[in-house]
Amino acid sequence: MKEYAYFPGCSLEKMASSYHQSAMETTKKLGIKLKELEDWNCCGATTYFYIDELLAYTLCARNLAIAEKTGLDVVAPCSACYKNMYFTAAHLKKDPDLAEHVNFALEEDGLHFNGNVNIKHLIEVFASDISTEEIQSKVSHPLKGIRVAPYYGCQIVRPQKEKENVEQPQFFENILSAIGATPVNYPLKMRCCGGSLIISSRTAALSMVRNLLQCAVDSQASVIATACPMCQVNLEVYQQQVNLEFGTNFSFPVMYFTQLIGLAFGINPKKLGIGKEFVSFAPSLLPVLQE
Amino acid sequence: MEKKEKIGVYVCHCGTNIAGVVNVAEVSKWAGENLKDLGVVISRDYKFMCSSLGQELIQKDIKEQGLTRVVVAACSPHLHEPTFRTACKGAGLNPYLCELVSIREQDSWVHTDKVAATEKAKAIIAGGVSRVVHNEPLTPLMVPIHPATLIVGGGIAGIQAALEIADAGTPVYLVEREPSIGGHMAQFDKTFPTLDCSACILTPKMVQVGNHPNITLMTYSVVEKVDGYVGNFVATIRKHARGIKEADCTGCGICWEKCPKKVMDNVFEAGMGNRKAVYVPFPQAVPKYPVIDRVNCTYYIKGTCKACEKFCPTNAIDFAQEDEVLNVQVGNIILATGYDIFDARRMTQYGYGRLANVYTSLEFERMSNAAGPTGGNIVMRDGKTIPKVVGIVHCVGSRDKNYNEYCSAICCMQSLKFAHLVHERTGAEVYNFYIDIRTPAKGYEEFYHRLLDEGTHFIRGKVAEISDAVRLPGEEGKLIMQVEDTLTGNQLRVPVDMAILSVGLEPRADSKALAKTFGISCSADGWFIERHPKLDPVATMTEGVYIAGCVQGPKDIPASVVQGAAAAARIMGKIQQKEISLEPIRATVNADTCSGCRICNNMCPFNAITFHEDTMVSEVNPALCQGCGTCVAACPAGAISGTGFSNIQILSQIDGLLLLTLDKKKEAALA
Repeated sequence: MKEYAYFPGCSLEKMASSYHQSAMETTKKLGIKLKELEDWNCCGATTYFYIDELLAYTLCARNLAIAEKTGLDVVAPCSACYKNMYFTAAHLKKDPDLAEHVNFALEEDGLHFNGNVNIKHLIEVFASDISTEEIQSKVSHPLKGIRVAPYYGCQIVRPQKEKENVEQPQFFENILSAIGATPVNYPLKMRCCGGSLIISSRTAALSMVRNLLQCAVDSQASVIATACPMCQVNLEVYQQQVNLEFGTNFSFPVMYFTQLIGLAFGINPKKLGIGKEFVSFAPSLLPVLQE
Repeated sequence: MEKKEKIGVYVCHCGTNIAGVVNVAEVSKWAGENLKDLGVVISRDYKFMCSSLGQELIQKDIKEQGLTRVVVAACSPHLHEPTFRTACKGAGLNPYLCELVSIREQDSWVHTDKVAATEKAKAIIAGGVSRVVHNEPLTPLMVPIHPATLIVGGGIAGIQAALEIADAGTPVYLVEREPSIGGHMAQFDKTFPTLDCSACILTPKMVQVGNHPNITLMTYSVVEKVDGYVGNFVATIRKHARGIKEADCTGCGICWEKCPKKVMDNVFEAGMGNRKAVYVPFPQAVPKYPVIDRVNCTYYIKGTCKACEKFCPTNAIDFAQEDEVLNVQVGNIILATGYDIFDARRMTQYGYGRLANVYTSLEFERMSNAAGPTGGNIVMRDGKTIPKVVGIVHCVGSRDKNYNEYCSAICCMQSLKFAHLVHERTGAEVYNFYIDIRTPAKGYEEFYHRLLDEGTHFIRGKVAEISDAVRLPGEEGKLIMQVEDTLTGNQLRVPVDMAILSVGLEPRADSKALAKTFGISCSADGWFIERHPKLDPVATMTEGVYIAGCVQGPKDIPASVVQGAAAAARIMGKIQQKEISLEPIRATVNADTCSGCRICNNMCPFNAITFHEDTMVSEVNPALCQGCGTCVAACPAGAISGTGFSNIQILSQIDGLLLLTLDKKKEAALA
């Protein structure tokens, strides 16, 4: 049984509890154990790094130090948590002076970060640690004929880490194909959802959300799949405001990829947090839900 | 005990190049006084040692003072070593008893502290003087030159070189990998800036090559191995089996007419059109004989068909034909193997291969060619819609740190040509997206102005993305080119019907292997390195191997022709001399101390070392050896020594370099 140290992050506690539930259910089905980090704290989210970089690194490094003790790879389901943790680890490894400062602070807590931990996004676990065949073997209710827009968002692949394809990755599409769905050509799949701009510059962010929704409609998708609670909220919850602002008429379901996988695995929709959404999945997923 | 040498030291001012930093008068005086023990009998400084007057100064001293050794402190030996050695020879001194030490490239040009630079010049001269004492008189090796020349690559550069040499009356073997000569130029429609038809100016030359009595044309062939050395190379050439008996074939074309198998032509048609399994790449192919593509031919796959054989009026089809391997002896070699185009799929943001109406420049060349897959009609992938707006992206894969940093030199002019052709044939609106417009040759800038007058839009900015995600009214069904116009500072979304990527030039995918076969070197980019970037652009560091055309770096047709002709001229000069003098700087193996370990055998970059199984010792072939010294350093038994670079010469030079330091220490100790 594969085991990972699991860093849920603040969103998955409440707002994105359906992501948490579906992540747990689907990984369990695949024989993977997500073991929640003990006494974890916020990753610093999108703002802290611009306010005090050193403290933000320290905040992140605390989680990394706790994870390092477990000897397991850390998995973060949220793209922002993942990005913050990945680059904190990378910077601390590259910059011994920064590491010294951070570790000096961590000592207060009896912790030390050596740089020996791998950080993964939850979707990476499905994309590379588990084979397509393993996923396919668990599919009991293939999502036949369901056209899904694979929405990567900006933080899973960027900034570029090594030589991976940051312009046109295909791993999300491959996962969707494995569960029988039809991934559509979604040209804006790598574009930003607006992130926390929705708070500081609402009109600009709403315009970004509108573009993403319009593109999904144009791609003839029936649902957008995401791998990040921030993207999910921006795309789903702000649809009303987009409609008010731009005179559009969007009512487009936005699901976590784990919810789609869960449905294909035949897991009870309730266990996947389905039913808590603002825009119902039911019309687009009717054929699967009925089974 | 050796006799006392009489050494003359000559310090050059090189105008202010050296004298501006190094106090040459002081250096010269110092050498005359302080290096007496080493044998210096005269020391002078002069404004330009390389001038006739400077050389005469040395010659006069050799004759009058009876100098037995000369040290010139001036520029790098790369520049003037031959000058001063020839001067010494003129005065009756063996040229190898003259040593040139560099106090310019290695001193005055790289230092600003005048006092320290002057001290360094003294040290360098002391090193040269200490070394020259141990120099031995050497005689250059003379080897005969075989009059034949091997040219690899039948593009325009290779064709030009072949014709020049063959016209001069000496034999040429022209080897081409594809079934026909012509290269990339044969694929083009028009050539910039004059817009003359590419085929019209190329095919007469191809025909000349095909008919020339002095040219042995070997197409569908590759050079597998090269042995030997300048004047005496032996090249092993594999002629792939065409499946056609050339003696019987008339090139009538019935075989490819009757062949039922259509194959996507990814080479000549750049994937834009089909050919048959038995084919000539294009109607004016030279030679006219077709080739059976065994990978795709139904007979080779299923064992039946033979339609071509059935219909061939002269029974020229030979399915059982085998590759032919032959050895040819040549004196010189020209590599003119050209370039590959940058794979536009690597820049995924431009959508090539994903978005149907994104084209590469080579695809567009084929499309605009009257003999091409669309008959010269500029249409979208559906084969009929004429584009109303076309965007051309410059510098795709070039001038980009993520791909190739260099400028591919031809793309600006090529893009301007495309813009003109699109405008002329479709009346479409054309956008050129450029970083900088580079039109630095005769008639090029005028062509650019012509395009400006034609109303082509020029937007200065690197295209960020080509996308099919439409947003604004009027964008439906279009490709959106997202770009920052850096002249106005505005972000633009330009909707177009067709995008053309002006892809850069890259070294051939197998260029490194080719360089190894011929014993020459590639730059980090993979282009072959010339002997001197300005003054010897077609020779390589390997004697007898020349380069021409894009194999040396991106260039256009005129520049490739110039290089082909230049390489030919260099070789004809060598052939005229009948024999060639080789630098006697060579490695030799002492057979008594050689342990036969063979470590040196594989290290030699020039394949100059052979191992004698009978005597169990290695031997250096002096004509092949380039005197690089690799084996000398590698020999664990110390059995190899390099002429002109013996241990005693090197160690004495080091002693000399340290002389000043030692003197200072002595002084300090005494004080």
